[in-house]
Amino acid sequence: MKKHVAILLILVLMMSLFSVGCVKKVETAQEGEQGAQEDVIKIGVFEPLTGANAAGGELEVQGIKLANEKYPEVLGKKVELVIVDNKSDKVEAANAATRLVDKDNVSVVLGSWGSGFSIAAGQVLKEKQVPAIGTSATNPLVTKNNDYYYRVCFIDPFQGKVMANYAFNEVGAKKVALVIEKSNDYSVGLAKFFEEAFVALTGDENAIVSKVFYITGDQDFSAQLTNLKDSGAEAIFAPGNFTESALIMKQARELGIDLPILGGDTWETPDLLDIAKETAEGVVFSTFFDAKATFNENTTEFLEAYEKAYPGKEPAAVTALSYDAYVLAIDAIERAGSADPKAIRDAIAATKDFKGAAGIVNFDENGDAVKSAVIKTVKDGKFTFKTIVDPK
Amino acid sequence: MKERKNIKKLLNIGAICFAIVLLYIFNQVFNSFQMRIFNLCGIYVILALSLNLINGFVGLFSLGHAGFMAVGAYTCALLTMSPDMKAMNFFLEPIAPWLENINLPFGSALIVSGLMAAIAGALIGAPVLRLKDDYLAIATLGFGEIIRVIFTNTQSITNGSLGLKGLAKIGWFNASSESIWWIWGIVILTIVFMVRLIGSSYGRAFKAIREDEIAAEAMGINLFKHKMMAFVIGAFLAGIGGALLGHLIGTIDPLMFRFLLTFNIVLIVVLGGTGSITGSVISAVIVTVAMEALRVLDGNIEIGGYMIQGIPGMRMVVFSLLLMIVILYYQRGLMGTNEFSWDILIKRFKPSKH
Amino acid sequence: MMSFQTFMQHLVNGISLGSLYALIAIGYTMVYGILRLINFAHGDIFMLGTYFAFYAMTSFMLPWWAAFVIAIVLTCVFGMIIERTAYRPLRNSPKISVMISAIGVSFLIENLAIVLFGGRPKAFPIPPLFGNIINIGGVRIANIVFIIPVITIISLAILLYIINKTKIGMAMRAVSKDYQASMLMGIDVNHVISVTFGIGSVLAAIGGIMWAMRYPQLMPLMGIMPGLKCFIAAVVGGIGNIKGAVIGGFILGLSEILIVAFLPELSGYRDAFAFVFLILILLFMPGGLMGENIKEKV
Repeated sequence: MKKHVAILLILVLMMSLFSVGCVKKVETAQEGEQGAQEDVIKIGVFEPLTGANAAGGELEVQGIKLANEKYPEVLGKKVELVIVDNKSDKVEAANAATRLVDKDNVSVVLGSWGSGFSIAAGQVLKEKQVPAIGTSATNPLVTKNNDYYYRVCFIDPFQGKVMANYAFNEVGAKKVALVIEKSNDYSVGLAKFFEEAFVALTGDENAIVSKVFYITGDQDFSAQLTNLKDSGAEAIFAPGNFTESALIMKQARELGIDLPILGGDTWETPDLLDIAKETAEGVVFSTFFDAKATFNENTTEFLEAYEKAYPGKEPAAVTALSYDAYVLAIDAIERAGSADPKAIRDAIAATKDFKGAAGIVNFDENGDAVKSAVIKTVKDGKFTFKTIVDPK
Repeated sequence: MKERKNIKKLLNIGAICFAIVLLYIFNQVFNSFQMRIFNLCGIYVILALSLNLINGFVGLFSLGHAGFMAVGAYTCALLTMSPDMKAMNFFLEPIAPWLENINLPFGSALIVSGLMAAIAGALIGAPVLRLKDDYLAIATLGFGEIIRVIFTNTQSITNGSLGLKGLAKIGWFNASSESIWWIWGIVILTIVFMVRLIGSSYGRAFKAIREDEIAAEAMGINLFKHKMMAFVIGAFLAGIGGALLGHLIGTIDPLMFRFLLTFNIVLIVVLGGTGSITGSVISAVIVTVAMEALRVLDGNIEIGGYMIQGIPGMRMVVFSLLLMIVILYYQRGLMGTNEFSWDILIKRFKPSKH
Repeated sequence: MMSFQTFMQHLVNGISLGSLYALIAIGYTMVYGILRLINFAHGDIFMLGTYFAFYAMTSFMLPWWAAFVIAIVLTCVFGMIIERTAYRPLRNSPKISVMISAIGVSFLIENLAIVLFGGRPKAFPIPPLFGNIINIGGVRIANIVFIIPVITIISLAILLYIINKTKIGMAMRAVSKDYQASMLMGIDVNHVISVTFGIGSVLAAIGGIMWAMRYPQLMPLMGIMPGLKCFIAAVVGGIGNIKGAVIGGFILGLSEILIVAFLPELSGYRDAFAFVFLILILLFMPGGLMGENIKEKV
């Protein structure tokens, strides 16, 4: 009996050693190439290509590749993309960043979908002094206390402000109830920023009349939602994971709650419409981009390129953002005049009125983009463009 | 006989010296990725030993390990984090004032985090250790989940779901090369402690309780005292392991300490053999390395020019299958309740004496 | 404060959730009563039942009633296979081994489901008959809220009939009282346990389909929390006691809703309530509400 176990375990061990060996081989091959081609500028990309967030990573790589086809050269040299998988895992994200810098000697890093992965990689990049341009991670911590991380998307405090403005001006609400996904940092943060902005707008300390909580994975929200009935709220702000949010919309409507429901950028997935069906009708959320929201000539350029590569499809917001991240990187390298990471960092920091496909980008003192947001709603079972909100 | 005892003592010391030399070499040759995996192995050894003490030696089926690890990890992270870093982390809701300026060196913070986990273990153990088998399992599982839910909700202490970022590197000097000494040093201490504990009268009492509680009680063994002792020691070590894990990765959040984490450790203990220190050590290393290596299953595999489409999640399927095979056909695991001992080796090399 | 109407709405919500817990807890408690084993995989069998019904309706375009019948039959077969491969070989092993096996099976099913069905949620198509909402004096009640208790009661009646009036039921009771003795009496213990598992899985599938109609979102890990909570409901009612499981389910559902109703600021702790409840019951009333306190046999 024991022999069998031993054999089994030895097999597993051998397999693992074998695979480690394989990985090594590939790496050395790349190193060899690098010596031969000095006239190449490398841009690293780390995205979740497998695991829970693979869908998001895929969309971002699309945008980066599209931009690379459009702008394949800078400073007269060819741009080589080094795309690595962070496997939807924080530890892997840190490993991926280490690899990009140590093994591949990239000049600048793009990515990643998901704030957690960006934060984990950010610590490595800061230490190694290689600049990074974030694509769609909205958590303020990504760039805070990190001089080497910038991003082309706006962040949660701004998004909270945008939605508070919308609730106050467009919906005309004076009292709002919050439904918060307590185990999701995105939801907790956005709700907090919304609250601050909304209280400031109304000048009423008690403008948030009710706060109820749930945990990721919950399926029954009837008790939390029934509580909102008596609260006197005129609108509900319920940012969170789209899976739970879809059930919240459904259950709220079933309970006869007809208040406007507002949320954040995570809602923009077809799955939300599938699950919530007609109950999603009329919900409003902020996001980064819409094909109908033409910011400038680069938007048209991006849309044309996208239509050519993926005919008949609408680009996702994150695809536009990752497209912008690449173009900004090229722009910065050009302005820096070299492939030296530190020079590129300074060039990125000095960016002014960069015309991105998803809006004009300026950086604040943390390296976060100050730019316009897009507000969308669900109409006839489809996400529909509503308006653009400019930063104030 | 006496001669053999001396030989064994020398061999033990020799083995430890050899281990230290080995660690020194590893520290020189490993790249940062290999280093991370190797350190992870060490942490899993500590965790597996702590669970094996409870599950394997005393026969208490506890599933609350992730909870104790969370207590340890958060305690250590909050104690070692500088006030500036705390202010940055707690940007949504300010940290509780009594926590704001506490700052301890890593070593003492580690001990405190072990103690905090031990206190949690004592508080949980006192009521639930009266329960048997499956009831104990589900009650401890429940406590593990309760700890996680509390940590998610107490935002001014744990920063809730935002987690903590920027945990200091393991050790006093904020240098990467230091972690291996701390982690594997604690591994060696833990192994020595476990061997001595199991060899002592307490160890024999533990095993007696595992084999037959009623007979053990009839022999005059205080059931509650011994169960509690194992449970608290196990929690202490789990707290230390959790703290090391948090500092190795550099960021923690409540989601990390799901039941899945406990399950990984149960898997290691079962594969190694419940009730074997040697088994736990070997299987912790194998499982950790294999978990990393099997990641290839999730990606695309190329064999002889053929591309096999990777299936995300396949790795976990393979692992659960492996566990099922071991449970069903090799119930004793790698080592059963056997231990590595010098006697076997000495016998082999000195056949002339007999 | 809270209006009467709102309170009634909470009550309806509680009954609706409670009846779902009750339905699933029956299957849990039955398997435990006969095998003395916490079937950790029960929640995953529940998940499989919903996916079978989903694919029968969407991929094979079957009418809902046919899809439900097929899903229930498939789940039943699946449950029996699990018992045969994962539990039967361990019949004479220590309890801990069987429990580790149960946890292992549960993880295997979950991970297989992630690979086979994908990690993204799927929308369960609700047949129109079950989806309507009735408004009684401002209290909104979904049709399904009336249907679930009826199904629970029918399942309970059939189950009690099987256990008390049929030959296989008698054998089940014998196995549950004394495993060794019933073997000596010539009862085919393996067959009895297999049938028990089959019935338990049927109940899990029914519970799963009802759950999916109330919360129409399928995910590979959707069975974990309902599984744990229904186990708690079974313990509250006195594990092994079928009527107790129904009562336990209603108590758990109602108290979960009412605690959030009266203390909304604690709603973030909602998932911890059930476990606190469980631990209190285990400590102060280990036999549950309906069960007798059995002393451990020496």
